[in-house]
Amino acid sequence: MDLKLGHYNKDGIEVVDVEGEIDVYTAPRLRELLIDLVNKKNYQLVVNMEKVEFLDSTGLGVLVGGLKRVRAHDGSLDLVCTQERILKIFRITGLTKVFGIHDSVDEAITARKAEK
Amino acid sequence: MATVEVTFTPLPAHVRTARLVATAVARRSGVDESLLDEVRLAVGEACSRAVEAHQKHCPGEPIRVALTDDGERFEVVVTDAVPADVALAPVGGNGAAPGAAADADGPAPGGVVLQLPAGVGLAVISGLADDFRVSPDGDGTSVAMSWKRRAASA
Repeated sequence: MDLKLGHYNKDGIEVVDVEGEIDVYTAPRLRELLIDLVNKKNYQLVVNMEKVEFLDSTGLGVLVGGLKRVRAHDGSLDLVCTQERILKIFRITGLTKVFGIHDSVDEAITARKAEK
Repeated sequence: MATVEVTFTPLPAHVRTARLVATAVARRSGVDESLLDEVRLAVGEACSRAVEAHQKHCPGEPIRVALTDDGERFEVVVTDAVPADVALAPVGGNGAAPGAAADADGPAPGGVVLQLPAGVGLAVISGLADDFRVSPDGDGTSVAMSWKRRAASA
């Protein structure tokens, strides 16, 4: 399955919906979208990965790159993911300590608002 | 002789094909269903790494994936044509799959280092496979990984 991307604003936070496979072939599209959102001054991001079917280290690199970019503007990049097969690569690489990982978009937004 | 062998040109689009074939052969070989996602991810990491190495050093050479079921273990060997000393050096800045490194290097404000560790792709494989080794193979490098078959599989 290819990669489908969408985004919308909710309560001042830009939510990125990702569906499909994030790998060496498709990850550049996600990277371009994250860069574009940051260039348009969206510094509070939530990436919804509930419909992601595959994620490799290329995808992790793109997410880490996005986090780096928003943090340069005192922003945030949180993830929504409950799938064990996707969470596994975050655990193996230790990135569960770097990203805020939530069970739902609403929970991610609520947690982010509470930190402000 | 491998049960199934796949050869592909070093393009990112073909990594998905290699993953799908590896997963299908693993299932057919009796690898437990719960491990198929691990096979898929590990093979994808090895192929992504090989694609990056080939694109840098020998874009005209194919990458070989050999899938072998020896009755007890399911083994995948991804062989590239890049000399071991070159291929084993950090690629893309940190050894991650292509794109991972280029987008993630350097410190972020606030003193947090946002950089994937060197060789993260290989590290992921080592965390997924029952057995894992990287070794010279002729003029290239092979990344081998294996999983135990189900005890009672046919």
